[in-house]
This record gives sequence, C-alpha cells and structure tokens, in this order.
Amino acid sequence: MADASHGTPGTTIEFGSPNELVDEFENPGIPPHRPRLADRDPRAEKRAERQVALLFTISVIGTVLFFVGYFFIPLNDTIERLRLQNLTLGLGTAFAMLGIGVGIVHWAKTLMPDHEVTEDRHDIRPESDRQDAEQMVNDILEESGIKRRPLIRNTLLGAVLLAPLPAIAIFRDLGPLPGNVLKETLWDTGVRLTRDPSGTPIRASDVTIGSAFHVIPEGLNEVEDMLEEKAKAVVLLMRLDPNDLNPSPGREDWGYDGIVAYSKICTHVGCPVALYEQHTHHLLCPCHQSTFDVEQEAKVIFGPAARPLPQLPIEVDDEGYLVASSDFQEPVGPSFWERG
Amino acid sequence: MKALSQRRRHPLAAVALLLMALLTTGGIYAAASTANEAQAQTTSFTANDVEEGSKLFTANCASCHGMGATGSDAAPSLVGVGAASVDFQVGTGRMPMQMDGPQAQVKPVQFTEEQTRQLAAYVASLGAGPAIPSDDVLDASEGDTAAGGELFRVNCAMCHNAAAAGGALTRGKYAPALDGTSAKHIYEAMVTGPQNMPVFNDANITPEDKQDIIAFLDTIGEQGSPGGADLGSLGPVSEGLFIWVAGLGVIIAFTVWLTSRSS
Repeated sequence: MADASHGTPGTTIEFGSPNELVDEFENPGIPPHRPRLADRDPRAEKRAERQVALLFTISVIGTVLFFVGYFFIPLNDTIERLRLQNLTLGLGTAFAMLGIGVGIVHWAKTLMPDHEVTEDRHDIRPESDRQDAEQMVNDILEESGIKRRPLIRNTLLGAVLLAPLPAIAIFRDLGPLPGNVLKETLWDTGVRLTRDPSGTPIRASDVTIGSAFHVIPEGLNEVEDMLEEKAKAVVLLMRLDPNDLNPSPGREDWGYDGIVAYSKICTHVGCPVALYEQHTHHLLCPCHQSTFDVEQEAKVIFGPAARPLPQLPIEVDDEGYLVASSDFQEPVGPSFWERG
Repeated sequence: MKALSQRRRHPLAAVALLLMALLTTGGIYAAASTANEAQAQTTSFTANDVEEGSKLFTANCASCHGMGATGSDAAPSLVGVGAASVDFQVGTGRMPMQMDGPQAQVKPVQFTEEQTRQLAAYVASLGAGPAIPSDDVLDASEGDTAAGGELFRVNCAMCHNAAAAGGALTRGKYAPALDGTSAKHIYEAMVTGPQNMPVFNDANITPEDKQDIIAFLDTIGEQGSPGGADLGSLGPVSEGLFIWVAGLGVIIAFTVWLTSRSS
C-alpha cells in the first residue's frame, strides 16, 4: 500500500495494472516433452525392463508362497504352526498383489510413452436435437393410441398395480412377525436361577455379600434356540448389604435379603452390562460406558442408556434355591418400535 | 586386561556395559524371585506368628485400619477378611497403600514372605475368612483349559478383557492385566474380591473351576497371540491407531510415488 491513491476513482489506469480486465488467457499449450532416462539411454531402458519383470516375478513367488503355506504347513495343536501359516498366507497374498500393482505402475512410469494428449471439449448439441427427441415421444404417444383407448390404459394400470402383490406374499414367508418374542423371556414364576454356563441351581446362602453370579434360567441349555433365548434372559445376580438398597414402593419384595437380579442386556444397544464394582455398586457397560447404580434400582447415572436395567423379581423356594417370581415386568434390552 | 582397556573408548562400549549390567541385575532378580517362590507356603499359623503379625500391623497398618483392625474413616475393618486377603493385598504390594486414589496400585512388595505370613496370621486370628490356598489347589497342570476359558469369558472377561489384558472401570478404577500374576494371587483375588472386584466364592466357582481358569490363563500367557503382534490385545484402540498411522502412511507414500514424475 505504498501508493495511497492507487485504485481510487479518477486515477488513470495504467497498462498492466491489476484493474485491467482480461478477456481471454493465451493458451500456454502443452509443456515441452522431457525425455526420461529410459528414453535416452538404452541401458536404463533395459534396466527398467528388468525391474518390471522382477516385480512381476515377485508376484509369482508370492502366490507360490501362499500355496506353500496353505498346503505344506500342516496345522497341529501348537499355535506356532497357526501363526507361521497366517504369516505365509498374509505375506504371500500381499506380495502377489503388490508385485503386480507396483510392476504395472513402474512399467507405465518408465517405459510406456508419456506424450501428453489433449482432447478438445465437444460442441454443445444444437437445440434442434432436443426438439427431435420431443417429437419422437409425442409420435409414440399418438401412434400407440393410449389417449384414445381408455379401456387399454385402465386395464394396464390395474395389471401393473396388482403385479407386485405376490412379492409381499413371498417376503412374508421369510418369517413370522416378531409377535411377543421381544417382550417375553424364559423367566417365569418358579424358574430357578442357575449358573452360566453350567446350569446348576444357586442357593441363596451361596451368594455372600460382595458376590456376583452370572445367571441363566434353568433349562436354557436344553432349548432349541438357546442363543436367542440366552441373549434375552441373561441376568447378573449380586448381594449387597440390604441397607444399601433403596427399593421403590411395590418393589420391596423383588429381592431377597440383599440379593438382587438385574438383566445383563444394556438398555442402550444391548451389550452385556456385567462390569460390577462391589464397593460402589456400579454396573458399567463396556461398549459406551453407561453406568447403572444398583443401589438405586439400576438407575442410569452416566452414559447414553435411556432406561434403568429391568429387575428380575426373585424369591427363595422350599429347598432354599433362588427362583424367579415372574418374568421381567418390562421388555429387556434396547428400545424398539412397538415397545410402547 | 590391556585389550579391554584399549577398547573402553569404543562407541559400542557403553552399550555393551549397559547390556552387561542389565543382564546381571535381571539374573540376580530372577534368582531371588524363584528362591522366594520356592519357599513352601504353610497355612497353619503359630501363636508366635500371630504375635509378630500383631506388632507389624500396629507399626504399619493401624494408622488407617485402626488398632485391632476394626477400621476407620480412611480404611475398612479387616475383621473376617481372612488370610487370603492379606496375602493378596500385601503380597502384590497393593498394601500398604502408597497414596489415596481410586484404587490401590501395584508397587514393589514392602514386606518379606515371612512378614506377610505373620500379618496374614494376625488378621486371620481376628475372625474367620478365606484361607491362603494350599499348593495342591493351585496346581493348574490338571486343569481343563477349555472349560477354564468358558468360565473366564462368562465371569472375568468383561472387566479383565478376553485376552486378560485388563480394562478400564468407572471414575479412574481399572481391572488389571493378569499376565504374570501368580496362580496363588489369582486364586486369592477370586475368593476375596479385592478392591471393587466381586467375590467369586467356592459356591459360585468351585475350586476345580478356579484351577481350570488358572490353567486357561497360564495357557494364553504362554502360547501368545495366534495372529502375531497383538498390540496389547486392546482391540480397536491400538489396532485402529496402528492402521490409521501405518496404513494411511503407506497409502500416502504410494500416492506420492504414483503422481511423481519419472526421472
């Protein structure tokens, strides 16, 4: 800004100043072709050729290495063999792919012609082309007579609307609607709480203060769709000092002498919440750090979960084993459309 | 000697000296720790043990846990925690606690094997609690590693990580990695539930099941990762960092090479 009057109205615009409008840039053309080392020196050309061939050969060796690993490293009980096979399979495929890729690029960069080529932009289509196309569509409409024959038009419409209906029937066969499966679990009145994975029943006296048991309903290991049922029914059983629990009215008898059972399925996206801290009585979900406070009926005290973990009402049967008083009183796990 | 003194200014002399020093200390340390392990662990305590333990307790622990181990605002009562709890907390260096924090940190063990035993004897005399496991309970050579693995994944893996590499808990607490933890300390941790770990008593996980779990931990500790470098077995964090740095680095390098002019 040395010249304060620069660009102010009334100043004469000098040739070459930035204010001068440029109508058109001069075409600088293609930069001069610069011959590469391989273009000038036959020895360099030969060398590049050998390098490309070597890279392709590396690819071949890689593929051979893969098959050596695949067929000639028999797996036994040791993990070293598995690791060696993993290594040869990985290195083999990596070199097989890399050799071809690097070889082709090196070939193109050193040996293939590198003259720059320009292709001019096409002329814009004249307006008459568009009019021709429009005329064609109009001719088809006129000649098919669809406007003059409403019977044909209406039956065609009917046929087209009805034709997709079989697809609905076919998709329906993919399976029944979920019905109540998201709202019910294997828990029911009198179902014993058993250890995961052995399925042995748990006595109330087994659960000492500070203990945490991973629990499945009795008979889970025998049902046909065991994993589906387990995914809904898993429960964490804990015993706290009864004075630490603060049950809300109506839920006082859902636990037994400080023993409480909560669904292990996070109400956020369904990860198993099982990181139990026996002194703080916090339950932490490992996926998104939702934290539930067992002292306050598994209320969410941190993280993205929206609802407390559902509590399983439990009691003790005549033989001293822990049993469920009923199924969960609300659907377990994350929200779904029809949850209500 | 002359040849040695002539080479003392060699550029690699410092490296060689350092290596020698490290090997010597490592060797002595290894010899010392095996000697410690070799001492037989007896669970029967004499009256003398209790008395010595009482003195040690008054001198080292009573300021927090109170005279007679009845607890204070700073630390819980130790009546009924059992000898196993003392052996774990003191034997891994967690107690005496160095500083206040979310949980007691592992640090070099402060008491000898004998003193730890006496402390355990004293605390065990205050009230019944889990005893220090005997050697035949800890023998993991008979353990079923597959069953142990299943039990570990159900009961332990959520906090300690599927590869026992440890993990974070709430508000600064964490579950430690189990690599290098002795069978005795693993067993004691299960029966006593140190810090915020829940208790896994013998009614929940039977002594045989505990053996299986220890056998499983031994196996995964020995055999290493089937996939090569495990990057700490921390899952997407370390693996993601590696692929973002190394993978993107390779892609950028190839892009630079692809667009560069050939000479």
